[in-house]
Amino acid sequence: MSLHYARRRAVNSIALAASLLSACFGIFFLVWILKDVFRFGLPAMTVAFFTELPSPPGVEGGGLANAITGTVLITALATVIGVPAGILAGTYLSEYGRASRFASIVRFLCDILVSAPSIVVGVFVYALLVRPFGGFSAVAGAVALAIIMLPVVIRTAEEMLKLVPDSTREAALALGAPHWKVTVFVVYRGAMRGITTGVMLAVARVSGETAPLLFTSFNNAFWNFKPGEPTATLTVTIFNYAMGPYEDWHGKAWGAAFLITALVLIVTLTARFLTMRRVNGNE
Amino acid sequence: MKKYLNILIVLTVCFGGASIAFAAGLINGAGATFPYPLYAKWAYEYNKKTGAKMNYQSIGSGGGIKQIKAKTVDFGASDAPLTAKDLDDSGLIQFPMAVGGVVPVVNIAGVKSGQMKLSAEALSDVYLGKIKKWNDVKIASLNPGVTLPDDSITVVHRSDGSGTTWIFTNYLDKVSKGWHEKVGFGTAVDWPTGVGGKGNEGVATYVKRIKNTIGYVEYAYAIQNKLAHARMENKEKNFVEPSMEGFMAAAANADWKGTPGFAVVLTDQGGKNAWPIAGATFIIVQKAPASCANTKEVFGFFDWAYRDGVDMAKSLDYVPIPQPVYTVMEDAWAKEVKCGGQGVWKR
Amino acid sequence: MPISDGHKSGHAADAAFKGVSFFFAFAVMALLSAIIFVLIKESWLSIGKFGLGFLVSSTWDPVQGVFGALPAVWGTVVSSVIAIIIAVPISLGNAIFLTETAPKGIKGPIGAAIELLASIPSIIYGMWGLFVFAPFIAENVEPFMIERLGFIPLFRGAPLGVGMLPAGFILAIMIIPFISSVARDVFLMVPPILKESGYAVGATKWEVIWKVVIPFAKSGIMGAVILGLGRALGETMAVTFIIGNSQRISLELLNPGTSISAALANEFTEAVEDIYLSSLVELGLILFVITFVVLAAAKLMIARSSYRPYSGGAR
Repeated sequence: MSLHYARRRAVNSIALAASLLSACFGIFFLVWILKDVFRFGLPAMTVAFFTELPSPPGVEGGGLANAITGTVLITALATVIGVPAGILAGTYLSEYGRASRFASIVRFLCDILVSAPSIVVGVFVYALLVRPFGGFSAVAGAVALAIIMLPVVIRTAEEMLKLVPDSTREAALALGAPHWKVTVFVVYRGAMRGITTGVMLAVARVSGETAPLLFTSFNNAFWNFKPGEPTATLTVTIFNYAMGPYEDWHGKAWGAAFLITALVLIVTLTARFLTMRRVNGNE
Repeated sequence: MKKYLNILIVLTVCFGGASIAFAAGLINGAGATFPYPLYAKWAYEYNKKTGAKMNYQSIGSGGGIKQIKAKTVDFGASDAPLTAKDLDDSGLIQFPMAVGGVVPVVNIAGVKSGQMKLSAEALSDVYLGKIKKWNDVKIASLNPGVTLPDDSITVVHRSDGSGTTWIFTNYLDKVSKGWHEKVGFGTAVDWPTGVGGKGNEGVATYVKRIKNTIGYVEYAYAIQNKLAHARMENKEKNFVEPSMEGFMAAAANADWKGTPGFAVVLTDQGGKNAWPIAGATFIIVQKAPASCANTKEVFGFFDWAYRDGVDMAKSLDYVPIPQPVYTVMEDAWAKEVKCGGQGVWKR
Repeated sequence: MPISDGHKSGHAADAAFKGVSFFFAFAVMALLSAIIFVLIKESWLSIGKFGLGFLVSSTWDPVQGVFGALPAVWGTVVSSVIAIIIAVPISLGNAIFLTETAPKGIKGPIGAAIELLASIPSIIYGMWGLFVFAPFIAENVEPFMIERLGFIPLFRGAPLGVGMLPAGFILAIMIIPFISSVARDVFLMVPPILKESGYAVGATKWEVIWKVVIPFAKSGIMGAVILGLGRALGETMAVTFIIGNSQRISLELLNPGTSISAALANEFTEAVEDIYLSSLVELGLILFVITFVVLAAAKLMIARSSYRPYSGGAR
C-alpha cells in the first residue's frame, strides 16, 4: 500500500515537473529568438537606417527608410480597406444575423479564412489585381493584407459587440432611437475598447506578413508614396537580404527583423494589457 | 465612426499629395540575380547623376521573362537568352548588358582553390550521379599528385529557377550525351542527384558547410565567399582558370549581328583561354511597350550604362559589352521598338 | 431578440445600415468563393493536362513541363506531422501547467510569454532558423543524431541544419502557443465538481488530470491539435528558409525536402511557361483544400466538445 502510494506520488511529481518543463520549452525559444534578434539587430539601428535609401552592394552605409515607410503605407492602406469592412460585417453578425443560418455560415467561413495559407492569398491577389492591371503595387499588397485581416476583425468585432448587454440596446431603443443610431452611438461606444485592441492585434499581425506581399507589393529600391507603384516593405526586404551574399545585407536584415519584432511585440503587449483590464472588469 | 472617417480623409489627402510631390519617373525592372549588384550600382550612380529612378529587383531570370511578358515591369532581365521565335511570339527584343561565368566550386579537405582539374565528362558524370566518389578514376586521372578522399560526393544545385542553372546545364547538355538525353537544360531542371540551395548564396553556404561537396555559382560569389574553384578543360583541351580574361575570350568570337534575336550562347566556345561555362546576361523589353515614356527611360539608362558604366562593371568583376556590339544593339532599339509608328529610341 | 426584428419604424437609414453591414458579411462568402474560383481557373491547364495523376506523380521537371504534386504534398504533410508530434505533448504540458500546477502569481506572465511566441512574425522564425538554429544543430545535434539514432532510417541524411526535421521543429515552436491556448481554455471548461470528486476519493493531481480532465476535454483537445495542424500546413516563410528546397521525397528526415508553400514562394515568380505556373497554382489549390478540410474538422470537433471558442450571444 505504501509502496503503491509512493509510486503514485512519484508519478504525480514527475508529471507535474514535465508540465513545468514544457512551459519552459516555449519560453526558452522565445528568449533565444528575441536575444538573437536584439543582439544582431541593435547594431543596425543607426540614424541612416531610418533616413537613407539602400545603397548598392559594395557601397557602405545606406538604410531601409523606403522599406519602413513602405510597411507603414501598406499596413495603413490595408487597415483602411479591411477594418471598416470587418467591423460592419461583425456588426451584421452580432446585431442582425445572430443565430440565423447565414450568420453561422459566415462565422464558419471566417474561422476557416483566419487560418488560410497567406501565400495562397498572395497568389489570389496576383491573379486578381497584379496581372490584369499590369503591375505590382502597394494597393495589391494592401488588399492581400486586408483579406488576411478581415476575418480576424469580423470575429473580434462580433465578440466585442455581443458583450454589450441587450438591455443597453433595449433602453436606447425605448427612447425612440432608430436601430442604426443605437448601434453606432450606443453599442459601438460600449464595445470601442475591445474592438480597438482587436484591430491593433490584427494590424500588428499583418504588418509582419511576408508571403502575401512577395507577388503583390513586390519591392522598390526607392521611396514610394504612390499606391499604384511597387513598394518596399521590411518583411520582403528581410526575405531578399537574408538570402543575399553580402554581410552588410545580413546586418540590415537583422535590423529590419528587430524593428518589426519590436513593433509587433509592443502592440501585442499593449493590447493584452488593455484586454486584461477589460476582462477583469467584465468577466 | 466620425473619428475614423476623419482619419480616412487625412490618409487619402496625404497619399494624394504625396503622389503629386513624388511624380518623378520610376522605372521598374526585374529578373536575373547574377547582374543584380551591377544594375544596382548603375542605378545608384544614374540616380545621383540624373535623378531618374531605376528600380531593379532580382527575382530570378525566369521571373524576369515572365514579368516582362505579363507587362508588369518596364524591362525584364535574364541570363538565359530567349529564342528568336519566343521573342517574336511575345513581341519582345533582348540585348546583352554584360558577360560573366559560372564556376564549379568544391570543398575537399586539403584541396586548394584552382588545384582541382575537371573535364567536361567528369563534371557531367558527377552531376549525373555516375561518379559517386572523389577518388573515382575519372577524376583521379585528371589530378595526379592531388590526394583525393575515398568519400561520397555531395552534389549541390540550385533549388530555384535560375539563369546560372541555365548556363551550367546548357554547358553540360552540349558536352555530355548522357546529360542531353536524361536531363536537358533550363532555368530549373529535374536533377538526378544532390541537394538544392536557394540562390547562389544558398549553394555557396552548403558548399562551405558540408565536406566533400561540389556546387556551381556565379564567379563573383565564388570570389566573395572565398570558395575553392575547379579549373575546367575547355574546347581546345586547355585547363583554364575562371577569370575576366577567360570570359572575355569566350565572348570574343560571338557573332551578335548574325544570331537571330541576339540569342548568343557562350558556353563551350573555342579559343585558347576561353572559360567554357560563360554566358551573357540580357535585358528584355516589349517592342510595343505599355508605357513609351518609361521604355525611353530604360533605353536612356542602358545607353548610359554601355558608355559610362564600363569601369563600374569591371570593378565588380563583370565583363562589359564592347562598343561594336552595343552599337548593333542600339540600332536594333531604334528600328524595332515603336510607339504609334514612331521609334522610341533616338540618340 | 426584441431588437432585431421588432423595431420596424420604417427608417430608410436603418435599412441602409443593415444592407451595408449585410453586404460586408456576404463579402466573406464572396471572397472565399472568389479565391477558390480563381485558383481553379488558373490551375485549369494543369488539371486538364495531368488530371488526378498530378496528386501521385513525384516528377517535378520544369524542362519537360511535367509536374506532380507528391514531393510538395509529402513535405507539407510530413513537416506538419513532425510539428504536431513535438508540439502536442508540450502544449498539453503547457495547458496543464497553466491551469493546474502553476502558482497563481506566475500563471499570467508565463501564459503571456507563450502567447508572445505566436506574435513573432513568421519571417523572423525563418531568418533565425537559417542563421542561428540551422548552423547550431548542424554542428551540435545532427551529427550526434546520425551517429546514435542512425539505425532508424528516419534519423539519417545530410547534417545540413536545414531539412524536413528542422522545419518540423521550427513549425512546432510556432504552433505551440495556438494549441496551448485552446487546450488551456478547454481544461478550464471542465466543471470543478468533477475534479473535486476526484480529489475526494484520494486521487493525486496527475491522476485527476489524466483520468478526469483529459477524458472530459478529449474532443476539444483533438480540435486544438487539428487547429495547430492547419496552422502548420499553411506556414510559408519559416518553412521556405529551413526545409532545404529539394523536390524529392526522402524517408531520411534530415534530408532537404520541400513543401507546397515553399515551392510557391521559391518558384512562383520564376515560372515562365503557362503549364509550370498553372501547376504551381494547382499546388496552392491543393493546399487550400487540405487546410479547408482540416480546419473545418477542427471547428466541428471543438463545436462538439463543451468548449465554445466564441461563446456568448444568442444561440
